[in-house]
Amino acid sequence: MAGERTSTATGILGWFDQRLPVVDFWNKHVGQYYAPKNFNFWYYFGSLALLMLVNQIVTGIWLTMHYKPTEAEAFASVEYIMRDVPWGWLIRYMHSTGASFFFAVVYLHMFRALIYGSYQKPRELIWVLGMFIFLALMAEGFLGYVLPWGQMSFWGAQVIVSLFGAIPWIGPDLVIWIQGDFLPSDATLNRFFALHVIAMPLAILLLVVLHLAALHEVGSNNPDGVDIKKVKDASGKPLDGIPFHPYYTVKDMFGAGVLLCLFAAVIFFEPTFGGQFLEHDNFIEANPMVTPEQIKPVWYYTPYYAMLRAVPDKLMGVVVMGAATMIFFLLPWLDRSPVRSIRYRGPLTKAAISLFVISFLVLAVLGSRSGGGIAETWLARVCTFIYFSFFILMPIYTKMDRVKPVPERVTMHD
Amino acid sequence: MAEQPADPGRRRFLTATTAVVGGVGVAFAAVPFLSAWQPSARAIAAGAPVVVDISKLEVGAQQIIKWRKRPVWVIRRTPELLETLPGQDERLQDPNSEEVDQQPEYAQNEYRSIRPEVLVLVGSCTHLGCSPKYRPDVQPEPWDENWQGGFFCPCHNSRFDMAGRVYNGSPAPTNLVVPPYRFVDDNTIIIGEDPEQEVA
Repeated sequence: MAGERTSTATGILGWFDQRLPVVDFWNKHVGQYYAPKNFNFWYYFGSLALLMLVNQIVTGIWLTMHYKPTEAEAFASVEYIMRDVPWGWLIRYMHSTGASFFFAVVYLHMFRALIYGSYQKPRELIWVLGMFIFLALMAEGFLGYVLPWGQMSFWGAQVIVSLFGAIPWIGPDLVIWIQGDFLPSDATLNRFFALHVIAMPLAILLLVVLHLAALHEVGSNNPDGVDIKKVKDASGKPLDGIPFHPYYTVKDMFGAGVLLCLFAAVIFFEPTFGGQFLEHDNFIEANPMVTPEQIKPVWYYTPYYAMLRAVPDKLMGVVVMGAATMIFFLLPWLDRSPVRSIRYRGPLTKAAISLFVISFLVLAVLGSRSGGGIAETWLARVCTFIYFSFFILMPIYTKMDRVKPVPERVTMHD
Repeated sequence: MAEQPADPGRRRFLTATTAVVGGVGVAFAAVPFLSAWQPSARAIAAGAPVVVDISKLEVGAQQIIKWRKRPVWVIRRTPELLETLPGQDERLQDPNSEEVDQQPEYAQNEYRSIRPEVLVLVGSCTHLGCSPKYRPDVQPEPWDENWQGGFFCPCHNSRFDMAGRVYNGSPAPTNLVVPPYRFVDDNTIIIGEDPEQEVA
């Protein structure tokens, strides 16, 4: 343990490398991290999620410099940022648009894992850690949405915190404990601010580090679902792998450029995105005496909100909604298919994934509408049924399904 | 590090007791952090139960009290108004107050109150939170030719009977809320506290 480490690096880098494993770290995670060479479009979204995380942290820090987390001042301080703080509008729109982009990117990232079986052995833990990140993000998004203290902030907080009230026995006391008052109020806003800017970001950062550490331990999956470590050259490098740097750093920078173009387009031309990214009612200050005409969450929660509304019982609605998010955790153990990628799976799995995606999107649309119609409620119920069937029947259809032979190497060698 | 200790039993005992004592310490240390999320003394004071003197409340009159930032009504119903209550079932969404959460158990009866004549309600419409108007007179009204007395919400025309039960066709989804309350004596009500359990 004791004694000086030997380093191949010299000069300033050498000085640091003898005291901190800089070179090792770079090589392990970037310079000599061998990733499959057949990554496609779907493999952009991991690094893009990281980009959006950085965006949220940087713009978030700047926003806290002007924002006031009190019932009396919050709404006005956000308007102050929008009107009086130099470039404040840009930083705020980067943050609010960033939240929606973050979720879009994360949903696509999860879809990638779904179609290429990236959660299968030995990557179960990567998936589970990713799910924790997803849950933490949902909490983070909700907490942040309360902070401007507009009408949707207040009533969203009222509705979401009330969900905990459905828990038998402890529910009502739990709601008061979360709010720190009998209604969402100053205490609620202040603690949500603390959680949003300190607790959740720390948790998310830690989880991201673990997610990446687990990924780099077992190596990346790929669109063929082939294990590239099986075929290596004389020096022990996977034949179908290429070093992350420079190959994928360059690829990801191109992806980042495209994403940032879209990002800028939304920020500059349609920052509220037609009321989807920033809801119209949230430009009215919170009023505990008047509920807005229509209560709906931001688009990234709507599939789960549609499920909540489709169940006519309060407790069961909350249970269904919770189960719908939690069931993702079980994915690695529900899938009994001998192959990973959708490229080599049979018609049953393809049909199941298609139905699942359709039901998810239909639920998202239904959850963003005012609801109440009988036809819509039944449509939501059917989609909820399909959603759960996708998971519950997975051990059966993945086992029954016809699979194609998986090649020894990825399908684009040379 | 991995050497075998001289006395493994002793080592195991020390490890276990250290873990237990440390665990208890962590549990106790968690108390202040969890308790700090409870409503503060200031929030509790603002949400404290309110004592209402109804000795001067005349028959048929309404008294409005502020409790937890919301209006609460206390009304001394006339015997005539009480008589109108059973006959309305057909026109009500939830005549038997089966929708939970809208009243404490002790107010889940035909009058939705502890004492038939004294009605206590949270005066926030269950639709969008406006405060409905008290219209006790049994007479034809623009919104109902056969009005039996009750509450009318000016915002979106929700209608409630003299027990705060919502009429069919109102936008409000549920009956008005009965808050927890108890009688200290005939003329004093505490709003925000459940009746003390009968000690046998």
